[in-house]
Amino acid sequence: MGQTELTNSTPGPTLSTGSRRLGRLSFKARDLPVYLILLVFLLIAIFPFIIMVFTAFKTSSELARGAFSLPEVWRWSNFADAWTQARFDRFFFSSVIVAIPVVLVSTALSVMSGYAFGRMTFPFSRALFFILLLGIMVPLEALIIPLYHNLRWIGLLDTYWALILPQIGMSVSFGTFWMRGFFAEVPQDLVDAATVDGCNSWDTLWRVLLPTAMPAITSMMVLFFVWTWNDFLLALVLISTESLRTLPLGLAFFQGQHTTNVPLVAAGATIVAIPAIMMYVAFQRQFIRGITGGSIEG
Amino acid sequence: MLNTPKARSRGYKPGERPWTACLYILPGFIIYAVFVLWPILDTLRYSFYEWSGFSSPSFIGLDNYIKLYSDEIFRKALVNNLWFIVFYTVFPIVIGLFLTALMTRRRLPGMTLFRTGLFMPYVMAMVVVGVVWRWIYNPATGPLNQALRAVGLDALARPWLGDFDLALPAVGVVGTWVQFGFCMVLFIAGVQRIDEMLYDAAKLDGANEWRQFWHITLPGLRNEISVAMVTTLIAALRIFDLVFVTTRGGPGNETMVVALHIYRNAFAINRVGYAAAIAVVLTIVIVIISVGVLALRQKWVED
Repeated sequence: MGQTELTNSTPGPTLSTGSRRLGRLSFKARDLPVYLILLVFLLIAIFPFIIMVFTAFKTSSELARGAFSLPEVWRWSNFADAWTQARFDRFFFSSVIVAIPVVLVSTALSVMSGYAFGRMTFPFSRALFFILLLGIMVPLEALIIPLYHNLRWIGLLDTYWALILPQIGMSVSFGTFWMRGFFAEVPQDLVDAATVDGCNSWDTLWRVLLPTAMPAITSMMVLFFVWTWNDFLLALVLISTESLRTLPLGLAFFQGQHTTNVPLVAAGATIVAIPAIMMYVAFQRQFIRGITGGSIEG
Repeated sequence: MLNTPKARSRGYKPGERPWTACLYILPGFIIYAVFVLWPILDTLRYSFYEWSGFSSPSFIGLDNYIKLYSDEIFRKALVNNLWFIVFYTVFPIVIGLFLTALMTRRRLPGMTLFRTGLFMPYVMAMVVVGVVWRWIYNPATGPLNQALRAVGLDALARPWLGDFDLALPAVGVVGTWVQFGFCMVLFIAGVQRIDEMLYDAAKLDGANEWRQFWHITLPGLRNEISVAMVTTLIAALRIFDLVFVTTRGGPGNETMVVALHIYRNAFAINRVGYAAAIAVVLTIVIVIISVGVLALRQKWVED
């Protein structure tokens, strides 16, 4: 609100404050319908999750009596069953084993190549950058078929590597684009000062630029994590051993086999959903900036 | 997009050589080249062959592409993808603009909470979304039919995902549900960047809120709208996870989509070359649409 008052000072102080005050008087009454409509849409957005979590705590017979009621007893045993009997412990482990190296390696490689594209001049830099951008534009469907056959040929099919390496490749494509945008905006003075202090390019990146780049890097890492965590198609095509399945793949198969035990499926879905939700809530600002900012510059 | 004069005008720093840049780029680029770029080129190559994936491939030129013309399932899938654009792109953008117009430039208390909640569906794995909605639509025990029966609308209760006419809209609604929060968050961020002076000037001229929205907010959001269009169009053309989990393309081929057709051909019935040809077509459509919308945006910005 402070900003509005500042820019509104043109018509003259008395008039301005007068109209502001009028506006403020009707503030609450006027916004009530807005809140109600927003509330309706908010409920639409989160209702399926609320009902999923409720269901995860119920028994099948309780569920048959009503889908909308609170659970009579909060039965954690559904989660225990999903975790141990339905092997969600294995799927969770697979997802973590895949996501951690993807996020860390992609981040390191993206920062390095983004730095080179953003701050250095070298032959073919534009052509190389455009080739990297292909990875953002082209859908996964356009590479999954040869990927399957190539990985089979080098013996990596049905291993964690089959998920980790392509995921890094796709992440580096976006990450280079993202970090280059950041490094190109860094004031030249900062880099010059580092050079005067005797820093070579590596020291400049590591000691001078990296601290200022942390917000951009965090946004990027959150996106890498959520994309890897939620991936389905790669795992569906490249993984066939049950114990190597990641959470989304495990959930999809589990649903196919246990259509009748809805509470158990709901518990499994909740286990898949929680880490992404936690990551999103913890880094909400960075996440939204990454999604919206990244796409606006593109 | 690609042009940064700032980066290009800079000369070598003392002690730096062109290959320094190579050392920074190489590790990432190698992984990208082997696991992304090479397969993309291979897809193009595969599309000229008839190959089951195991036997030796035979070169057949453009035959796969010619076959696409008479492939009824492909045509059905393509039309379905176009229908999904209505649910993935048109509805979310309209809803997003409506919500944005409602709260234009008013920093309401509690806005962060609304934003968090509205954006939530977009963060979820599509598999989770599909599993939850498939149950919501369950004919016997699903919450939707339960609710309809509870309010006496038994006649409306039906097997949503098994109904030939309703399966596609039912899946489409899920797409709208996923995308509208994303569009809204994008638009609200955009509105806050519009110069407040424009609105003050309009108010002095006696423009009502509708005219302010039409003449200031909407043109001011063209950047965000084009981004929302590109993102949601691509999502609609690529739709796979959601359909795979909810209907697998059924009933019949009522919800068959191009990506699922590719998957079936490549990994279920082993027509690898043919699947690659479909993938090439899908990719070309996606690239044309992305470039088209971005060119449109360029034109808007220049106007």
